[in-house]
Formats: sequence, C-alpha cells, structure tokens
Amino acid sequence: MSEVKFSKEHEWIKLDGEVAIIGITKHATEMLGDIVFVELPEKGLSVIKDGNAGVVESTKAASDIYTPVSGKIIENNQSIVDDPAKISSDPENEAWFFKLKIKDKSEMDSLMNKEEYDKFTKESGN
Amino acid sequence: MDIKKTSLNSLHKKYGAKFFPFAGYEMPIQYSEGIIEEHKITREKAGIFDVSHMGQLFIKGDYLLAEDLEKIFPTDLKNAQLNQSKYSFLMNEEAGIHDDLIITKVKEGFNIILNASCKNSDFKLIKRLLDNKYEMNLSDDLSLIAIQGPKAVKILETVISGVSELKFMSGNWFNYLNENIYITRSGYTGEDGFEVSIKNKEAEAFVEKMINEGAKLIGLGARDTLRLEAGFCLYGHDIDINKSPVEANLKWAISKNRIILGGFIGFDKIKYQIEKGVNKVRVGIKPEGKIIAREKTIIFSEGNKKIGEITSGTFGPSVQASIAMGYIENTFSKIDTKVFLEVRGKKYPASISKLPFYKKNYVKGVNK
Repeated sequence: MSEVKFSKEHEWIKLDGEVAIIGITKHATEMLGDIVFVELPEKGLSVIKDGNAGVVESTKAASDIYTPVSGKIIENNQSIVDDPAKISSDPENEAWFFKLKIKDKSEMDSLMNKEEYDKFTKESGN
Repeated sequence: MDIKKTSLNSLHKKYGAKFFPFAGYEMPIQYSEGIIEEHKITREKAGIFDVSHMGQLFIKGDYLLAEDLEKIFPTDLKNAQLNQSKYSFLMNEEAGIHDDLIITKVKEGFNIILNASCKNSDFKLIKRLLDNKYEMNLSDDLSLIAIQGPKAVKILETVISGVSELKFMSGNWFNYLNENIYITRSGYTGEDGFEVSIKNKEAEAFVEKMINEGAKLIGLGARDTLRLEAGFCLYGHDIDINKSPVEANLKWAISKNRIILGGFIGFDKIKYQIEKGVNKVRVGIKPEGKIIAREKTIIFSEGNKKIGEITSGTFGPSVQASIAMGYIENTFSKIDTKVFLEVRGKKYPASISKLPFYKKNYVKGVNK
C-alpha cells in the first residue's frame, strides 16, 4: 500500500493497487465541529478529481466533500452514515468515506504528503 | 470599526473558546467540548452564557413613563408589578419587528434587555419616541451573564443567596460582595435559569465561582440549538422588520387588554391581522431525512408549489433529530401537514410540527 496523501480540501487518500480509500482529515473534523449527518456518493458513480463527492452537515454548516482523484465509486462507508460521531473520533481510519477505482494514478502526484499537509494547515490557517 | 470584546474575553480564551464575530463583538461560538456536548451540559446540569453583548437599557421614570412606554410596546406596563418581566416587541407602524426584548418593571423605572445587533438603533428610536423626556442609559459598565439548566438554581444560590426564591419571569436586587446586583429568573434555552447583570470588573470572578460550583461555559453555537429546540425566535432570522408578531405566532406576548384597547405603534395592523388572518405564519418543521434545512431553504407543498421558507434549522441534540422553523402559507400551517424541503437540489419530505420541539423543564411551582 502506498503512503497516505492529502488534498488542499482536507481529504486523505490511501491507494492500494487500483483501489483508493478516501476520508477527511482530523484537521477537517476539528474545523467542522460536531458532524450530525453525512451524504456519501453512491456505488457505481463516476467522480472527477476535485469534484463533489458527498456532504457533511455539522451543527454549524453544510460542507461539501471533494474527491482528490477521479474514478468510479465501489463502496461507501454506511457505518458513518448511521453513526456520524465516528467521524470525529477516528477520521483517518475507521471513518473512511468511500472507496473508488482510480482512473489515472498520476493524479496522485499533485497531492501532498503528510509533512507537506501539516505545513499547509499550519501556514494557511485553514 | 474595531471589534468589541466583553469583559469575559480572556476567560473565554482560558477555557478554549473558538471565537466568531457577532453583532460587532468577538463572541465564543463554542469551547473545547463542542456544541453538542455543551448543549447537553445545559440540559442536564448547568451552562453559563456570556450575553454581555446584549443591550441593558434603563429608563428612569414613574407612572407617566409606563403610560408613554405603552404607546410603544404592546404589553401591559401600567399594571406591571414591581420586578415583573415581560417579553415584548419594538415595532413600526406596519407591526414589523425592530427588535424583541424583555422589559422589567423596577423601582426607579424600567429595565429593557435588547438584542446586540439592534441595541444602538433601538436606543435612538425609543429616545425619539419618548420625546427625549426621560433619563435613559444604555450601559457599557455592566456585563450580562446567564446561567441555565436544572442545576442553575443550586449553583447560583451557593454564590448569591436568596435567588432560589425568584419566580419565573421576575427579578430582584441581591447582595453580592456588598453591592446590589439585579438578577432575573429567565433565559432563552427552555431551561430554568437566571440572568445576572453585574459590573464588568466583577464578571470574571463571578463566573469562575460558578464554574467552581460545577457550571460550564457554553458558546453561542449551543445557545442556538437550545433556543431552537425550545421554539424561540432568533432576531434577524425568525423575526425581523418584515414580519409581525401575529405572523411570527407570538400573539401570546401581546397583552389581552392591549389587543382590545390598542394605543400602541402597529396596533392597526395587528388588529387587522388578528381579525382577517395572515397569509404567512411561523411554524415548526421536522425534516424526515438525514438533512438539515438551513435558513432560506424553500418549502414546497405536496403539489410542488412553493409555499414558504425556512428561517432557522439545525440538529437538535436533545430531541436527536433535524429541526427547523420557518414561514409558510397559512393554509399549510396545520400540525402534521406534509411538506417538502429543497436541499442541494433534492426534495426531502418534512412535516409541520408543534413548538417547542423540546418540552420545557422549568422548576415546578415557579412557572406561572
């Protein structure tokens, strides 16, 4: 399995062969506050890099989730729909959002590694 | 213009507040616990709210002042008992609401608590409507601290003895550190509680005392979920200059004798609306799906006709459901009427619900 990469929209992505697992970062959950509802992309849906792929509703606001790479959704994590509190407690593991079959692995190259992402969140104040 | 800070600003920081700008003030939206936890603390124990951004207006006067104020506010002030508080409105001739407020009859005149975003314009308007005849003071030296929740009475009583004897929607002077401070039994959370008007320099130590007794600071985020569960309006959202108290379903706050006799600004419109009915009315709405219907969400009928708009919506942590309120064509306002809400381009079913969503928990024998 490849290293975890990060997007400027605060998603993380782990690539295993052709399959990418995608979720939101701990930093994102801290910004969002208490998450109360989640909408995930349905299985079979084709999504495009930086395009919409779900919504999280917190007590404060609705926020779009974007996919950091293009591909076809092969699974979504129903357990976070049933219990959105999981997202705040374990966002970068158990509370993944969806899995997709990646279309173009080179899209991974533009994403940040852990060190770059930490620097990004620190500097941008995002 | 510089952003203003309340006297508790450094205390908020100490307890991990996240700030946001509200009505020109830097206010805590939440602390480290988060909105849902803070909401539950208030419902189950006791929460402390810094509401010092709100206006504390004192108008000095006697019976003549009560008469003059009755020309402005649609509530019974000439017969108000000493220390009795009333919820009322500042309206225009069209009965549009400039502000909603709490008026309390005190020995020397009347105390009025105003919304932060309206307080300066309210002050000018009231001064003008009273022909500048009375001494008026919109205080900058006083903080306003609310303590709310089932444990509020026990905690506040430990810090200031005697407060437990206050009746709901009434106030009195209490001795605190050899000074007189004014406290009312009131709030905006649907819980029993108090609002304490205290000198800025005493506010921080006073709040720390309540924290030591087990109360926790609560941000404006949870204040919003609490008030919405309790069915209370947020000025600038659920009520504003384009909505009347009748449309807002707040007719109960207009004293009965005043509806009959009138003599206040906006009376003609209120009378007309009561007699002829209104086109739109504020209702509670419960979305069925896992969505939040936020402000400006459009409400549709089963026949796909646009029939209204949401003015507040959130997730209610105590009712564990999505809740909202909004204005809807009167013919669709009956409880349990099926409607649809358009969220992100999709229509979700919802139903008209009675208010409040959360049953009030006022201390037995206190609520009149």
